[in-house]
Amino acid sequence: MNSANTAQAEGPNAYPSAAPLEFRNVSKRYPRSDRPAIADLSFSVPAGEICVLVGPSGCGKTTAMRLVNRMTDLTSGDILLDGESVTQRKPAELRREIGYVIQQIGLFPHQTIAQNIATVPKLLGWEKDRTQRRVTELLELVSLPSEMGDRYPAELSGGQRQRVGVARALAADPPLMLMDEPFGAIDPINRERLQNEFLRLQAEIRKTVVFVTHDIDEAIKMGDRIAILREGGVLAQYATPDELLARPADDFVARFVGADRGLKRLTLSQLHDIVLLDVPTAHVGDAASDARERAAQRDADELVVLDGGEQPIGRLPVARLNGQPVSADDADPLTSTASRETSLRDALSLVVADRNRPLVVLEADGRLAGLVSLELISAALRPADGAGSPEAARGAQR
Amino acid sequence: MSGVLLAPLAAAPVIPDFGRGSTCIRDNKLFCWDWVQSNWGGTLRPALIQHIELTLIAVVVGFAISFVLALAAYRWSRLEPPVGIVAGILYTIPSLALFQLLVPVTGLSRTSAEIALVSYTILILFSNILEGLRNVPADVRDAAEGMGLTRWQTLWRVELPMALPTIVAGLRIAVVTVVSLATVAVFIVNEGLGAPIYAGLQNAFKTELIAAGALTVALALFADGALVLLQRVLTPWARTARS
Amino acid sequence: MNDFVDGIKFIGDNSGLLWHLTIKHLELTGAAVGIALLIALPIGIWLGHLHRGSFVAISISNVGRALPTLALISFGVAILGIGFLNSMIALVILAVPPVLTNAYVAVEGVDRDAVEAAEGMGMTPLEVLLRVELPLALPLIFAGIRIAVVFVIATATIASVAGGTGLGDIIVDQATYRLPGVIGASICVAVLALLAQLLFALLQRAITPRGLRVQKVRPGRPESAAAVPVITN
Ligand SMILES: Nc1ncnc2c1ncn2[C@@H]1O[C@H](COP(=O)(O)OP(=O)(O)OP(=O)(O)O)[C@@H](O)[C@H]1O
Ligand SMILES: [Mg+2]
Repeated sequence: MNSANTAQAEGPNAYPSAAPLEFRNVSKRYPRSDRPAIADLSFSVPAGEICVLVGPSGCGKTTAMRLVNRMTDLTSGDILLDGESVTQRKPAELRREIGYVIQQIGLFPHQTIAQNIATVPKLLGWEKDRTQRRVTELLELVSLPSEMGDRYPAELSGGQRQRVGVARALAADPPLMLMDEPFGAIDPINRERLQNEFLRLQAEIRKTVVFVTHDIDEAIKMGDRIAILREGGVLAQYATPDELLARPADDFVARFVGADRGLKRLTLSQLHDIVLLDVPTAHVGDAASDARERAAQRDADELVVLDGGEQPIGRLPVARLNGQPVSADDADPLTSTASRETSLRDALSLVVADRNRPLVVLEADGRLAGLVSLELISAALRPADGAGSPEAARGAQR
Repeated sequence: MSGVLLAPLAAAPVIPDFGRGSTCIRDNKLFCWDWVQSNWGGTLRPALIQHIELTLIAVVVGFAISFVLALAAYRWSRLEPPVGIVAGILYTIPSLALFQLLVPVTGLSRTSAEIALVSYTILILFSNILEGLRNVPADVRDAAEGMGLTRWQTLWRVELPMALPTIVAGLRIAVVTVVSLATVAVFIVNEGLGAPIYAGLQNAFKTELIAAGALTVALALFADGALVLLQRVLTPWARTARS
Repeated sequence: MNDFVDGIKFIGDNSGLLWHLTIKHLELTGAAVGIALLIALPIGIWLGHLHRGSFVAISISNVGRALPTLALISFGVAILGIGFLNSMIALVILAVPPVLTNAYVAVEGVDRDAVEAAEGMGMTPLEVLLRVELPLALPLIFAGIRIAVVFVIATATIASVAGGTGLGDIIVDQATYRLPGVIGASICVAVLALLAQLLFALLQRAITPRGLRVQKVRPGRPESAAAVPVITN
């Protein structure tokens, strides 16, 4: 690993380092234990990606993670960080180059938030100025006011402490972050907020991240790739979330991701990932015959009525066109609409709630984007490969 | 004069010759301020200073020994039972007996007094230091290790600072205990505030008994208060944690 | 070393006197601890039951610890003169704090869930105290009594200078008994204190409800160390 590189990183735009991580036939057997905690585990995480380790309690997730920073030593196999075996490194030095966030956070209660964050820079012998600048920058990065640096951990809420934990792990700009159930002890609302914040942060800093959770929904949301482990530390499947949900490798994975895996897959894509249905439109005041003709061309039985500013104001069944010019009064008002950012899952829910009628999708400026129908959504569920798949689109958007 | 050579105390107070002085002193009233004034420089102040010396030496030496023992027992937990039992036995032996039992070994000396006083601090300090270290939450220790602190760095930067409140609590008990027991040392060395107390007991002179006794209590309370302040200064985080 | 041999010889030669003084010593101890229990137990248990007065109940043991034995005795002598009463008062004053504080902490600290469950089953406050709080608090209450007993045995030795009667009579009177006598009596007192400590440790174990023994006793923790509770405030 390029340690000079990591130590130099500074400033919001200076995150040069992310290192690939590779597990090669790693096994771990604890002393006085008859079966291995990790068995022949192999997978690799490309630099800058989030790999989520997920699996039932006791399957060896924490163990796998602690093998990386040598909090636990492996029995056989090898782990390569940036192509270099971790077993060749001095544990203390190695750990200073790896950010580590544990579930209970483990902030030092006797030190201020600023001192907590400065722990690794201090160990690395950074100058005071530089450390201080880094602390300020990190507080900002994790959205904490800088005055909070002088407080003690006991004076923070759980969510704030969790952010400090992440800031502390990021302090020396490590090329790899290990996060063991970092949001495990937090209520659902704050948990979601922290998840989103971390994804936003990751888009900025692009670290290689190993993220442990036992919550499959969190795994799907956070992971670029997901490694599902089963009892005894055996890798059941290693895949992108979409692949995992579309093609679970076996019964165990299928059961673990849940019977609603189809619905879960829908959360992975948003409406701008799919091609929407074209819908005929009519402006207020258009002649009824023109409108009827336009609907007939598209073989549609309804029109979307637009006002003078091209904003949709209602939907008009063709049957209701009675020779009078198109008027807003004849149209059904728009009860529900979606935006391009709406997930397919939410879109499905809206469609079903409206008696399976296709849903109107609006652009950000309020203009009509198109319709989304039940058929379109279920077509998106069919395993798709290559460009245009929801997963690829999602990757680009990140 | 040494305590052991003193005559046995009579059950009835001897009418002593209190010499020149006020009527208060001659009548052996409960408390005569003028006696305190005239004997401050010659008797009470030197005794107080000796008492502080006796206490400080015992606590410092006792702390050093306990600290090393506690660190060792923290590292190798097998050491705890033997150390605890020996320290417990020393702590249980009545002070007067322990002082006397040391006389054949180290004589009627300050060394004997200090050895006995030190031995009373060990149990308290040892258990509190060890308890303080062990009470450091596992996740904090884990986080320290995970960030690449060496074992030694973890001990000095994380575990010991966090154990400080418990350690200072132990120090408070130890100091107060030693201040109290150091008066009993007068039976083997004529030093400290035990000396004027003993003299007062011999001739039932009330002012001296009360003055020396009060000084001892004051010293104990003062030392205790000073340590409370020290702890406040050293552990600002503990205050916020409690509130 | 010769002095120790002489001391042991003294014990052999004067077993009658030593026995007599040991009994006196134990009588003094028993009386002082007994009075202290009568005063301290009801107050400590009642305050603990009410969850009130924690400041008084806790700080009394700090103050008690800060009272130097010999100073207390010297106040007693100054005010009451040399005699039995003065020694007794001093010993009672020293024995009250550990008993009171431990009783308070023991009852106060009984698992709130257990108490609420008992109340929920319709027990009166007195029944809660007698059937739930006291049995659960007993080991800690007993630890306080043990501390007081060992403390009083030690201090009763010193009380000899102020008119108490016990093994201290020999120790403070080297003019009469010489060094062998002083050493012999010191050995006796030390053994007496250690035996009391041991006896009470065993008793405490015996009265600890079995359900508590599993969770409270830490492996590898010496019994004697538990005599000094780790106090953090
Ligand atoms: N220090 C240890 N000594 C012996 N066995 C251990 C040790 N740590 C973990 N194990 C065992 O190894 C297995 C994997 O444990 P691990 O903590 O890695 O599981 P996990 O997947 O993180 O579980 P959880 O989701 O509950 O955190 C378990 O069977 C556990 O009992
Ligand atoms: Mg785990």
